[in-house]
Amino acid sequence: MRWLRYGPDAALVECESLAEMSAVRAAVVAAALPDLVEVVPGARTVLIAARPGSTGLDAARRLVESADLEAMDGGESHEITIDVRYDGEDLDLVARTAGITADEVVELHTGAVYTVAFTGFAPGFGYLTGLPGPLQQSRLDTPRTRVPAGSVAIAGEFTGVYPRSSPGGWRLLGHTDAVLFDSRAARPALLAPGDRVRFRSVR
Amino acid sequence: MSRALEVVATGPLALVQDLGRPGHGHLGVPPSGALDVPALRLANRLAGNPENAAGIEALLGGLAVTAHASCTVAVTGPPVAVAVDGRPAGSHLPVHLAAGQTLTIGRPDTGLRCYLAVSGGIAVEPELGSRSRDVLSGIGPPPLEPGVVLPLGAPHGIPAGADTVTAPPNPAELLVPVVLGPRDDWFGAAAHQLSVPWTVTSESNRVGLRLDGPALRRTAERDGAELPSEGVITGAIQVPPNGLPVVFLADHPTTGGYPVIAVAVPRALPALAQARPGTTVRFRP
Repeated sequence: MRWLRYGPDAALVECESLAEMSAVRAAVVAAALPDLVEVVPGARTVLIAARPGSTGLDAARRLVESADLEAMDGGESHEITIDVRYDGEDLDLVARTAGITADEVVELHTGAVYTVAFTGFAPGFGYLTGLPGPLQQSRLDTPRTRVPAGSVAIAGEFTGVYPRSSPGGWRLLGHTDAVLFDSRAARPALLAPGDRVRFRSVR
Repeated sequence: MSRALEVVATGPLALVQDLGRPGHGHLGVPPSGALDVPALRLANRLAGNPENAAGIEALLGGLAVTAHASCTVAVTGPPVAVAVDGRPAGSHLPVHLAAGQTLTIGRPDTGLRCYLAVSGGIAVEPELGSRSRDVLSGIGPPPLEPGVVLPLGAPHGIPAGADTVTAPPNPAELLVPVVLGPRDDWFGAAAHQLSVPWTVTSESNRVGLRLDGPALRRTAERDGAELPSEGVITGAIQVPPNGLPVVFLADHPTTGGYPVIAVAVPRALPALAQARPGTTVRFRP
């Protein structure tokens, strides 16, 4: 783990693995330090930003360096099930690439329990880990200029759901009617870091 | 008549802005908010508002609004011509509008963003605790258009006693203190490479200030390397593969995939937000 300076009021904690990153994030969030403004997980990092002029960053550093990361289980998390129609444009491509049938792709994708590792790209877009090995496939060679909102997709070690229509290069497995982001809701993002997610196939 | 303000003209881009919605980065939501924070705070003080009330950020001026009720307004940012029903009124001071009167803001000769505060503040429905428009993720009230009627809150207090405040200068060359890192080790002699004069390009917006100059060179071992997504903060100077830096402003994405060579200190951000294309920026590590 490395502590990297990120301007006068923030730091980037660089971790060895996604699991270590999740443990650092959970430790910092659980401590609820008063002067922290943002705790933003990335694929291998946690960005910690403190109120300018406060001692929040020092407190966070002491916490991270003394925390028992092995004991962190991700802290408080929601369990979320997302209903998916597995009719995505890339379902056959994903099956071909994995050397299995489309039905087996659905079985694999719905059989796993995922964890929201971090967000980015767009409000409410969660990068979910726990993708079975055969589904860990590269992005499309040519990204689509428009991926419909609610598209359920995979890329690399992640699966995710596009909260709104946007360009994108992930392989599309299907779509959901679930609302991923509503800025006026009490809980605006359906998926927050640490949450556990399952996908359920519906017709 | 109800307390409201009707938009008559907008100039290139007029947005409702307050002090933003920091603290939602983990949900993928940028902080947003006024780019020139001291200017909005000052406008609010002059109009008798708490400093965090929502006002209008008008890119290159050109804003015209008609009051539906008696109110106090103040225009800040760069020095700019302000008129009420065609009669000169002045910027950086409280101005009274009677119901039916129209305030117009001219085009500033320097700087980019004028701020209009109105007594009571713009009272559109907040989203995630803020009324700011976030141009990257589309959260907050849409860009203003002629005909839009903006509700105003109840007047809060008496306008600040100061009659006039001198507008800050917007120099043609900015000196920007930066803190190197977190990825300065991706670049050979990062401090030296950054210290050259950079030019603000017209590709800049609320997401970031794009700069032109001699491309920043990575060390041989980092050439072509990829970085997994990591968190981004306002002021971060990110370097895409073309070597031309982007200084992230308030509507920046929450994670990015390119190395951040340095971070501009917060007190430098208002001047960066007012830097026109062609402005020279010198980073001082």
